[in-house]
Amino acid sequence: MDWGFVLTQTMTQAVGVTAIIYILAAIGLNVQFGYAGLLNFGQVAFVAAGSYAVGVIVLTFDLSLWLAIVVAVVVATILALLLGIPTLRLRADYLAIVTIAASELFRLTVRSIAFKDVLGGAQGLNGKLGQQFHDTNPLPADFQSLPVLSWTRQDLWVVIVGWILIAAFTLLVWLLVRSPWGRVVKGIREDEDAVVSLGKNAFVYKLQALILGGIIAAFGGIVWAVAKQSVQPDTFQPDFTFFAYTILLLGGAARVFGPIVGGIIFWFLLAGTGEFLGQAIQAGWIDFLQPTDVGNIRFVLMGSGLIALMVFRPQGIFGDRKELALDAR
Amino acid sequence: MPDSTATGVSRAEQAKATLASVPATPGVPKPDPILVADHVLRTFGGLTAVNVEHVEIQRGAITALIGPNGAGKTTFFNLITGFDDVNEGAWTFNGRPVAGKAPFRLARLGMVRTFQLTKALSRMTVIDNMRLGAKDQTGEHIFAAIFPFLWKSQEKQIDQRAMRLLERFNLHEKVGDFAGSLSGGQRKLLEMARALMSDPELVMLDEPMAGVNPALKQSLLGHIKSIREEGTTVLFVEHDMDMVHDISDWVIVMAQGQIIAEGPPDTVMKNAAVIDAYLGARHDSNLTESGEALTEDGA
Ligand SMILES: Nc1ncnc2c1ncn2[C@@H]1O[C@H](COP(=O)(O)OP(=O)(O)O)[C@@H](O)[C@H]1O
Ligand SMILES: [Mg+2]
Repeated sequence: MDWGFVLTQTMTQAVGVTAIIYILAAIGLNVQFGYAGLLNFGQVAFVAAGSYAVGVIVLTFDLSLWLAIVVAVVVATILALLLGIPTLRLRADYLAIVTIAASELFRLTVRSIAFKDVLGGAQGLNGKLGQQFHDTNPLPADFQSLPVLSWTRQDLWVVIVGWILIAAFTLLVWLLVRSPWGRVVKGIREDEDAVVSLGKNAFVYKLQALILGGIIAAFGGIVWAVAKQSVQPDTFQPDFTFFAYTILLLGGAARVFGPIVGGIIFWFLLAGTGEFLGQAIQAGWIDFLQPTDVGNIRFVLMGSGLIALMVFRPQGIFGDRKELALDAR
Repeated sequence: MPDSTATGVSRAEQAKATLASVPATPGVPKPDPILVADHVLRTFGGLTAVNVEHVEIQRGAITALIGPNGAGKTTFFNLITGFDDVNEGAWTFNGRPVAGKAPFRLARLGMVRTFQLTKALSRMTVIDNMRLGAKDQTGEHIFAAIFPFLWKSQEKQIDQRAMRLLERFNLHEKVGDFAGSLSGGQRKLLEMARALMSDPELVMLDEPMAGVNPALKQSLLGHIKSIREEGTTVLFVEHDMDMVHDISDWVIVMAQGQIIAEGPPDTVMKNAAVIDAYLGARHDSNLTESGEALTEDGA
């Protein structure tokens, strides 16, 4: 059994492109759910909006990737307004219902044959989507690989910029939640009527949180499209949103570094168990499993781990148990 | 005794003197009303929760709104502050029609309320609760929020004001504690102090004494009186007749959604309709001897 290989693969995935995409989505959820208490179950739609903005602008219309980023932000904002305006004046559960339905509606619409010319139908959009980005790669052309983390030259550049984005959005969230704006938003999470009775327009704050969280998630979608050079409608399934929630709760909701810690641990465990089981089956250590079972088994293990977490540390890794207890009045 | 104002006459005396000439009849006009409501109707299915023909609240006075449980006092508060919608009716605040306005707008106009079920924000600190009460904060705008230099000095002023109020309400040692860790009575105090952060013209307190221990009740009474001395109008709901008698300049009585009596405390408590309404609701306080009888009624 090649332990070095298991470790390399696991580490690479724990901080790799996929982890980055999920962490960005989870940072967005942290703004929406962690701080503002908004149950957005359709975060994947914002990610898809970011990916499709890149796909459509760059591939379908043959325009600049930088323009696509602006379009992604605009589309995410519009999506947040569409979802938020009718629901945010109502009870909290309405947003949850509408967002989960909307995210599936979004996926089924973009993959439909009706818009195949623009959105690519079920095949999605494939081609040199991120070329403009990859052309800016400052790494030496003869770059081989880092010692432990095995990325290609192209992936490493995506990973570097991805982590810069994560750092930038984390800083933004940190600044916001320490500000009077963050105070109002946290107040709304605790008791909306109390905040309204003090003269704050809760609706506007909730809308702002939904938009901001959506834009951050859309950047996850942009990274996805640029890294994979492809936009696949069926990757934007509801389970994406639930993994993003898992990451957030794992790290600790309403903690600035929660999504980062949660994301790395989530992908470390998921990739680690996958690689380990794969190797163990190959080496003949485990004979009651097929290599094809690995994908499912690791989710079973992950689920068990999450249950254990909720039992022993419900506040997440970074959370404060004292705060959690205050809720149980 | 409350502090005297510059003129040498306390606001309590002023309020009493002004209201002395007002006849004790339901819906009677007041010399200088801050709030005037007309034909306010609210029904829940077949139940008429509030049906107020006309009521005026005198500026600068402490007005008590009393009545048996289910009389519609909380619903009336909710309607006036915009937290619930009327079936019919109109009301003005400072002469300005405000029916149908969003609750946050009414709060900004200077009409701030507290809730019967205390709404302290448990997972926030006492000081953050207080800061939330301050009006017109630059840092509450999402773009300005990112640049602390734009709002840090305002925040300092807010903190000073918050500390003064917390000291007055004896909460200054709890500044950094989570509001959820306070006792029920302390949360009531915090909610009241927080409401005062915006320097409102009218504070509406829904059962500020419920669940507050007797020792704290006395200081709460003092606080409400001191609010009046600063020129703020107070409208409060209360069950404890002694308390009402002690601090209010005017008493309005509701029963089954309607205003059945109003007047100075002494007059109202001798009113037969009021006694009926209370006895009908099996209320245990002795209204006729309200001067002596002490009730520990928390309901
Ligand atoms: N949201 C509601 N739905 C139905 N009935 C209500 C609602 N709110 C209040 N009521 C009814 O309206 C009446 C007045 O209630 P309330 O204003 O809470 O009384 P008070 O505060 O004077 O004790 C009661 O009969 C109560 O049951
Ligand atoms: Mg009530």
